[in-house]
Amino acid sequence: MIELTINNIKVQAEENMTILDAAKSVGIHIPTLCHMKDLFPTGACRICVVEVDGMKGLIPSCSYPVAEGMEIKTNSTRVKNARKTIVELLVENHPQDCLICVRNGNCELQNLAKKYSLREHRYIGEKKNHAIDISSSSMERDPAKCILCGRCVRTCNEIQKVGAIDFTNRGFRTNVTTPYNKGLNVSDCILCGQCILVCPTAALRERSSTKEVMNAISNKNKFVVAQIAPAVRATIGEEYNLPLGSNVTGQLVTGLRRLGFKRVFDTNFSADLTIMEEASELADRIINKKVLPMFTSCCPGWVKYLEHNHPEMIDNLSTCKSPHEMEGAVLKSYYAKKMGIDPKDMYVVSIMPCTVKKFESARPELNYNKIQDVDAVLTTRELVRLFNMMGIDFDDLPEDEFDNPLGESSGAAVIFGTSGGVMEAALRTAYFNITGKELEKLEFYDIRGLEGIKKSIIHIGEMELNVAVVNGIGNVEQMISEIKEGKIKYHFIEVMACPGGCINGGGQPIHQKPEKVKKRIQALYEIDQKMSNRKSYNNVSIQNIYKEFLIEPNSHIAHNILHTSYTDRRKLIK
Amino acid sequence: MVEQLFQKYEPSNRSNLIAILQDIQNVFGYLPENVIQQVADYLKLPLSSVYGVATFYNQFRLKPLGKNVIRVCRGTACHVKESENILSALELELKIKAGETTRDKLFTLETVACIGACSIAPVVNINDEYYGRVTIREIPKILKKFRLENKAQIKQNTGEE
Repeated sequence: MIELTINNIKVQAEENMTILDAAKSVGIHIPTLCHMKDLFPTGACRICVVEVDGMKGLIPSCSYPVAEGMEIKTNSTRVKNARKTIVELLVENHPQDCLICVRNGNCELQNLAKKYSLREHRYIGEKKNHAIDISSSSMERDPAKCILCGRCVRTCNEIQKVGAIDFTNRGFRTNVTTPYNKGLNVSDCILCGQCILVCPTAALRERSSTKEVMNAISNKNKFVVAQIAPAVRATIGEEYNLPLGSNVTGQLVTGLRRLGFKRVFDTNFSADLTIMEEASELADRIINKKVLPMFTSCCPGWVKYLEHNHPEMIDNLSTCKSPHEMEGAVLKSYYAKKMGIDPKDMYVVSIMPCTVKKFESARPELNYNKIQDVDAVLTTRELVRLFNMMGIDFDDLPEDEFDNPLGESSGAAVIFGTSGGVMEAALRTAYFNITGKELEKLEFYDIRGLEGIKKSIIHIGEMELNVAVVNGIGNVEQMISEIKEGKIKYHFIEVMACPGGCINGGGQPIHQKPEKVKKRIQALYEIDQKMSNRKSYNNVSIQNIYKEFLIEPNSHIAHNILHTSYTDRRKLIK
Repeated sequence: MVEQLFQKYEPSNRSNLIAILQDIQNVFGYLPENVIQQVADYLKLPLSSVYGVATFYNQFRLKPLGKNVIRVCRGTACHVKESENILSALELELKIKAGETTRDKLFTLETVACIGACSIAPVVNINDEYYGRVTIREIPKILKKFRLENKAQIKQNTGEE
């Protein structure tokens, strides 16, 4: 232990601790911009500087280790002036269009300007002037708003290990961008949106679809319906200051009805449907000795990653469409027929925790009879904006239930929103399919949690299944090289591109609370626990849809409606 | 050809990046886009990182140079002698900005910090020739010389065929 003083407070700190962490341990807040928890400090932004007795210059507290007897001042006039100047310089090279900015009220630069009482323009000069990148259907990049903290670059390179963006040029012309400044759509970007979650300003943001959705709702000829992903119900409450992990499914349904959606369905229904199809596809692959291991295909970010980087493994991907695409396809075939609606007049909106889903919904492969399965995707954040605009006060909303038959779901479906959930749900059904017996203990603890790669051996009857769950696309290369080495013959591998799964997706509420992921995951498992039915095959609506329409999992008609194909993107880009 | 350049270097070792880029520029005169992609694949680096390094250092060029490279000295002595005006005049005459190449690929215009010939400021350097105490009025004449040379060369080449 080391003893030092910070602002005349005696502090006990461990060796190798940074000044920043030591200050935090006694409740002294030091502002940071480039700092990222658990990553090696870069000390680039200098906003965290402090004064250390006996040292000439100001010291960046995020990267400087504590030493015995140090005397530190985090709030001296010199420190405050230095920080204020840094903020002023950043602000003066920024468009300052806060009033019409999507991050107004949730912007770190705005907060710092407020905190250091910026009241005048002291440095007026040339501003950087970069074009907005709107090439992608999921995300927008507005480099004029970028303060070059580098958190997106580090997230993309060090956490997700995709490396789609990096710093280019130098000095005043420095710009975070894709190779040759060509736009996200022609880069290796998988559009996971993790960079949006760490961006302090609105330099990275989702491509908003709120206008299209509102136009469709006000169009009398359109039958506009909504579906909600499992992960949205456990996070949207955060935007209304509810505790982390509050389940607000009922309020969400009411809110969507008040927005003008004719029907509100649950993506969980088709998560159950996905399980039925995926479990039978897995059994088929194992019994008929087809390509193994089978990869899950629910995560469009992961699908895009594989298409870019390992097109030779496309056959390993399950051919199942992702749940919200299945829901759209079933709505525009089964449901439309049942209700006597022309599928062309139906407008399906998915409320998703995800930015890639926007890209996915526009994929040419995902249609039935040349009608796109899903017409628009709104992220959790966009939905909150719509609620606010339409005067829907979330706090006092009564609860309501989903419309049926595409609203019923099992507990297995709700855990789709977290890493390991798809695997667990599939195993519950696969066990029944193979043995014909009900599974006694439903929880598979080996594949839960936040580890990068979770492996398990599952015994189903006489069968021994090697399964693995990859949590975060950054860990997938390790898994793929393991598969290629071939030491262990894996059967089934689940991959979710975002660390923690959809619950921490790129379309979720933005705030830098480290404990958020765990709380949100816990909420999903709690919903699962409370459900009376926790197995997909026991979902009565699912049993009915097979009886009335799809015949059986993997049937010819199920293949036409619920399955898809993939594209070698390496060829597309070059 | 590129594979031969790579042979010297250990694959997947990112510390070789700058040396490889220098070798490529020595051969091609610039860094072609498809070769940058090959470097990224060879060193197992994201394309964005290689592009980032290539644009960070002034020594690397992403576009081929023109036939004649014009360097305008913007060092202190030349600045005092208003080399800024010389640069503007060249930009007007060539219809390009500093750092660019004319569409006919005849001229590339660059600025340099100090050529070291301050006694004859302002200085313009074209290929191996140095022009001292340059005035704006001389510029069309200087450029004309290179344009004529080029024309003569083309004539000679087509004549031989």
